[in-house]
Amino acid sequence: MKPLTPVAPSARLALGIAFFIIFVAGWSLATFGGYVSKTFLADPATMVRSGWVLLTEQGFGWDIGWTVWRVFGGFVIAAALALPLGVAMGAYKPIEAFFEPFVSFARYLPASAFIPLLILWAGIGEAQKLALIFIGSFFQLVLMIAVIVGNTRRDLVEAAYTLGVGDRSLIRRVLIPGAAPEIAEVLRMVLGWAWTYVIVAELIGASSGIGHMITDSQALLATDQIIFGIIVIGLIGLASDMLFKWVNRRAFPWAQLGR
Amino acid sequence: MSALLSVRGVSRSFASRHGPPTLALQATDLAVAENDFVTILGPSGCGKSTLLRIVAGLDQPSSGEVLLEGRRITAPGADRGMVFQSYTLFPWLTVRENVCFGLRERGLPGNEQIAIADNFISKVGLRGFEHHFPKQLSGGMQQRTAIARALANGPRILLMDEPFGALDHQTRELMQELLQGIWEAEKKTVLFVTHDIDEAVFMGSRVVVMSARPGRIKLDRPVPIAHPRHYSVKTTPAFSALKAELTEQVRVEVRAAQAAMAP
Repeated sequence: MKPLTPVAPSARLALGIAFFIIFVAGWSLATFGGYVSKTFLADPATMVRSGWVLLTEQGFGWDIGWTVWRVFGGFVIAAALALPLGVAMGAYKPIEAFFEPFVSFARYLPASAFIPLLILWAGIGEAQKLALIFIGSFFQLVLMIAVIVGNTRRDLVEAAYTLGVGDRSLIRRVLIPGAAPEIAEVLRMVLGWAWTYVIVAELIGASSGIGHMITDSQALLATDQIIFGIIVIGLIGLASDMLFKWVNRRAFPWAQLGR
Repeated sequence: MSALLSVRGVSRSFASRHGPPTLALQATDLAVAENDFVTILGPSGCGKSTLLRIVAGLDQPSSGEVLLEGRRITAPGADRGMVFQSYTLFPWLTVRENVCFGLRERGLPGNEQIAIADNFISKVGLRGFEHHFPKQLSGGMQQRTAIARALANGPRILLMDEPFGALDHQTRELMQELLQGIWEAEKKTVLFVTHDIDEAVFMGSRVVVMSARPGRIKLDRPVPIAHPRHYSVKTTPAFSALKAELTEQVRVEVRAAQAAMAP
């Protein structure tokens, strides 16, 4: 191995899969070998079997649907509001000076700690879950979008001015298209965080969703179901991340050049 | 005949944290006539780029004014096209879309935009590359696109800030010939900043030499070489004589600049 030398695509795939195999093998050894009590950790076979039961008999698919809906709902609301504000802050320094200190403060407020307040304000319905995801992602998005837009190459801005653009045109034709691929990457990253917020919201006061199933299983000491739930979250997260990456690559082919 | 561009008593000083402001450009006068190709030659840091940026409207003079066709310049505009030393094509636009950028801003119909753009794309020898993105082009091709983009906008004057400074020697010479040819055909007015003496003489119909910082114009020479110019003029006695004189003048300024830098 030499530092920074790239690895062939096939070897890369094989190595990636190998770790999953080793992980499951270690888990199997610990559980089937009797080193860990079933009460604390279910074995992989039991996990898959109860996962099947969950999906086919207990309507777990419904829970998954609810969770996915909440993540995307909260995230879309956060993104729809963060985009214009972030672009305005990046483009206009007085707007940035007005909002930036508060947003910087607000993004360090732990979203999960808002749950008691949100339950008080919005009950335990959907509004509370969407609000939590919103709080968790909105402030982060605003700040990162503002930084990306503010970092637009000054020589491109100057070139655009010498070609006769006005200020509004500059934002529409230079600042936004230039920042778009990086903004899309930030959206992808923050969507990953939204997944952790939704589960936290569902662990406390929910009657549906993956997080709700996990709390139910805790009462029954059903570690097999808990693990299945966690793995499902991981798989959906991975799938949405890959989909997002694919869309970004297709939407911004120019940003892939020379990488 | 009155000048197309006149720079009147333009100076520029920058605020410094300690002590008095630093003077980058002394009060400078310069007149550029229609169809003239003026090269501004000087050591690095002499304020020649500052002067060009003030003409472009990208920087404000501390005193004096710049007039284009008698109108005072206060901000950048499409009447002054600019080609920068750094590669400033919009990376998200193809070659053709880049060249159309200013035309689209003016709201020209799409087919007219494309007709004008493709005309200039073929003038800079990039036919067949209309749909390439800037990152798929070499540095020389990117600068050729930048020239096409500036020209397509139909500016009254073309401002060039060391446009070939980042290119290798061979590419640079080819670009000089290409720009010469375009200038001879289009009869544009050009203000061209460089620190390369060969380039200043070969490109210019007039060479202006600037002093070390704080910059001022210390020499203004017409180039006694007829057009069209072939690269072989670089070996003629007239070329060599002017180059020798300018080399001596620039050397003095580089020495002065180094002496000023020494503690």
